Amino acid sequence: MNNLQLEKQHSAYLKMLRREKFEITGWQLFILLAFLTLWETAGRLTWIDPLLFSYPSKIASLFVVKISDGSLALHTGVTLLETIAGFILGTVLGTLFAAALWWSRKASKISDPYLVVLNSMPKVALGPIIIVALGPGYLAIITMGASISIIITTLVIYHAFHTVEPNYVKVIRSFGGNKKQIFLEAILPASFPAIISTLKVNVGLSWVGVIVGEFLVSKQGLGYMIIYGFQVFNFTLVLLSLVMIAVFSSLMYMGVEWIERKLIKN
Amino acid sequence: MSFLQVNAISHVYLTKTEAKEAISNLSFSIEEGEFVSLIGPSGCGKSTLLSIISGLLTPTEGKVIVEGKNSNQPGKSMGYMLQQDYLFPWKTIKENCLLGLKLTNRLTKDTIERTLKLLDQMGLYDVRHAYPDQLSGGMRQRVALVRTLATGPDLLLLDEPFSALDYQTKLKLEDLVFSTLKEHNKSALLVTHDIGEAIAMSDRVILLSPRPGKIARTFHIPAHLRELLPFDARNDPKFAEHFQVIWKELDSLEQSPT
Repeated sequence: MNNLQLEKQHSAYLKMLRREKFEITGWQLFILLAFLTLWETAGRLTWIDPLLFSYPSKIASLFVVKISDGSLALHTGVTLLETIAGFILGTVLGTLFAAALWWSRKASKISDPYLVVLNSMPKVALGPIIIVALGPGYLAIITMGASISIIITTLVIYHAFHTVEPNYVKVIRSFGGNKKQIFLEAILPASFPAIISTLKVNVGLSWVGVIVGEFLVSKQGLGYMIIYGFQVFNFTLVLLSLVMIAVFSSLMYMGVEWIERKLIKN
Repeated sequence: MSFLQVNAISHVYLTKTEAKEAISNLSFSIEEGEFVSLIGPSGCGKSTLLSIISGLLTPTEGKVIVEGKNSNQPGKSMGYMLQQDYLFPWKTIKENCLLGLKLTNRLTKDTIERTLKLLDQMGLYDVRHAYPDQLSGGMRQRVALVRTLATGPDLLLLDEPFSALDYQTKLKLEDLVFSTLKEHNKSALLVTHDIGEAIAMSDRVILLSPRPGKIARTFHIPAHLRELLPFDARNDPKFAEHFQVIWKELDSLEQSPT
């Protein structure tokens, strides 16, 4: 009897949770549909200038055209590869720099003012120099994608390394562990949560670097599509590029969340 | 020849504002299988002394000699147990216990088996694949004890290991640590501010005076109390007598303006 009541309460609770989830998903879909409908209507009835703001069905038909002539897949693929490469490069190099600074207290003290300056400088301003130095191609764009995240990654992860509970280090040292063991067994795993959260920030930053790089190089990619659409006053093309960016940057973000679940078991 | 000899240790802490002497010319020794407690008011350098003995800290002056050899770096002969368990939350209980063996390159089938047996003795075998945050405070501190014992140290340095636990768990763990150490004939140095704990567990209690830390008095616990389990010792009629004596000494140290 008593048991039965508990089970009843539990199933009612689960039902309540499911209903809540259903309700939230419902609202999310409703907002999306309402937005698209409103946009479509406003565009077709010229409440807003369709030349400038376009509308969803126009973007969708352009999508079909660009897919069938293969150019969208090419531009998206190029940008995606550049972004992923820049993202990985920025994060890995940033983490390595942070490890080097952790290793040598003196090096970290010496480099401190330079890091502050580099961090506050807008990295995209280096774009023209990078492009001339490395040539107008993938290399320059990937470098821009990486350069925008590398310094902030270094600073954030170095800070995380330094705020690791000192008693974890004490445990390792009490067993006679050396500096490398302290880093690999305590400092690095204890900093995984911080590293993951910088990954999430870096997803957004690498997209900024790569898109600006493509603006400047103007050869291929979604950034090129945006600049081209702007120059020929085809804002449907610009908006199509934005939609592609939104979709793929969200997918990348979800990828990082997947890595997070794999890496942090607790 | 004593098992551990602390020879005229002095230690000075340097900060921007001052040079402060934490320990001044302190000497004592521990025999094999002996359990010694250090008590004293705050600022008497108890924890500093433990860090020096363990080799984590190099003293400004003096020497620590273990089994006739100079000890200047954390080694295999000593195990250090901290105030809290500090188990690594990203490692399972088993991995946490094997940490010391892994760090000293001594992971073999034999040592792993011995560690698992130790876990079993502490009633932790069933949770070996769990993560620390799934365990209670008492269980976690037991895991920390296994982690410390797994490398087979001859001397255990216990830095207030029971102070973060609730009273009941603390009494049980005192008994467990006491009997485990006696069973394996290990020496131990316990830092505590609990007079009762010091009397119940030790063969000898060393009272330190503060600023800078030096030995104020040494109390020998009679054989009769030494042999009892800590829980039983606390209930012995002689216990209260010793408690009073040490309490008065400690109290006078805390009140004197030195």
